[in-house]
Amino acid sequence: MRDQGEVSGIRQTVANLGGATRLAAQTLVRMATPPFDFAETLRQLDRIGVGSLNLTNITALFTGMVLAVQSAYTLSKFGARHYIGEIVTLSLVRELGPVLTALMVGGRVGSGIAAELGSMTVTEQVDALRSMAADPIRKLVVPRVWATLLMLPLLTVLADGMGIIGGLLIAVFQEGLSPSFYFTRVFRTLEFNDLFLGLTKPAVFAFIIGIIGCYNGLTARGGADGVGRATTNTVYAASISILIADFFFTKLFIGLFS
Amino acid sequence: MTGPIISLVSVDKAFAGHPVLTDASLEIRAGEIVAILGASGSGKSVTLKTINGLIVPDAGEIHVLGHAIHELEEKELNPLRRRVSYLFQGGALFDSMTVFDNVAFPIREHMRFGKEDLSIKVQALLEMVQLQNLEHLHPSELSGGMRKRVAVARALALEPEIILYDEPTTGLDPVTGEAIANLILDLNRRLGMTSVVVTHDIPLVMRVAERILFLEEGRFCYSGTIENARSEGPETVKKFFEAGVSHA
Repeated sequence: MRDQGEVSGIRQTVANLGGATRLAAQTLVRMATPPFDFAETLRQLDRIGVGSLNLTNITALFTGMVLAVQSAYTLSKFGARHYIGEIVTLSLVRELGPVLTALMVGGRVGSGIAAELGSMTVTEQVDALRSMAADPIRKLVVPRVWATLLMLPLLTVLADGMGIIGGLLIAVFQEGLSPSFYFTRVFRTLEFNDLFLGLTKPAVFAFIIGIIGCYNGLTARGGADGVGRATTNTVYAASISILIADFFFTKLFIGLFS
Repeated sequence: MTGPIISLVSVDKAFAGHPVLTDASLEIRAGEIVAILGASGSGKSVTLKTINGLIVPDAGEIHVLGHAIHELEEKELNPLRRRVSYLFQGGALFDSMTVFDNVAFPIREHMRFGKEDLSIKVQALLEMVQLQNLEHLHPSELSGGMRKRVAVARALALEPEIILYDEPTTGLDPVTGEAIANLILDLNRRLGMTSVVVTHDIPLVMRVAERILFLEEGRFCYSGTIENARSEGPETVKKFFEAGVSHA
């Protein structure tokens, strides 16, 4: 027999899933219908996009370098070091670029959204919006989700580029390959499908991060402690959701296009 | 005599199984200044939030300005909320906005004002609460009393028919508290604004309230004038006043 705590935990998880799904549906409807708060969306674009640039680029640069070091070590056993460019590029563009960037942005931006909206909720600012006949989803959620949706694919493209440069550094300075040879292999490897997958995944992840951050923020209860819990829950839920969504999205994509 | 513009009929509300309002009923007529009193945690703020539709009751009926708000969806409540303002306990000003943008917020949302007219309107509202030349500051740069006065200015922006005040003088110095009391009276006399004041501040109640409603264990156990409450009211109400007066 399940104990009381376990049952209430499952009930809470189901309630959260239902609540987040409802918020996602309400947000989608408002994202497609006016009025739009362009000023707030611009502010969020700056905070979410520009503010995450260093984090995602440094992560990608070193991931590209590590990938190149590992590939070179393994490939050299088979005398195939010249495949470094292909391996780094495909791994980054199809998988590591979107997932790592989403995890970094999910941690930084998702928790930021949850903390900001959580603080607004516990200080009755969200109730104040409602009491003035303003729609909190339109005012708070839509600009943040739009901004995440627009910036994450851009950040991913930049991160892919930085990762490929990281690979280049190892290929040239450690393995002695020429830059032109490396880039020839990089561009010859990339196909439309890779780019399509590499750009659609971030859009899906962005929506997940935005909704989870906003949902946890808007449902925060109990002062600073509640805001802290909302922030932690967001990082946890966003990370797990990104990895699960990545698996199913990749399976679906390979099923459709292979 | 006109009928009530706010009425609660046998309202129940519980949070996580803990009952806060139990069979709570009240009536408030147009133009009245009514104070809701009761011990901490007795459900005063919850009552105020049910009147504005911010909290949905578990059972019972709530009628405000002729609308059965317990039957309305969130979106359907919005036209009514423009006529019923809410002053939150902590002010609930938007941290990311300046004083000007906070006060201008409801006007921008619901009215069509040019830039200059909007500025004049906001200045007038801030003058009403004796705050000038602070429009460019953010709430974090204001004192508690200033924040509350900005919140009052924002609550008045849509020229509501009813204002719900949640602890309007808590944390204020006596002079600012007096200014808020004068404002409540002034709005009532000049514009006939109905005011519902949730407070523990007995001097404020004695200064502004025409009638008090006393909440005990989730029910309104007393409704009447302050004089009657002090002479003929239930023992808990008398004690509340005695303690409030001696504390002041």
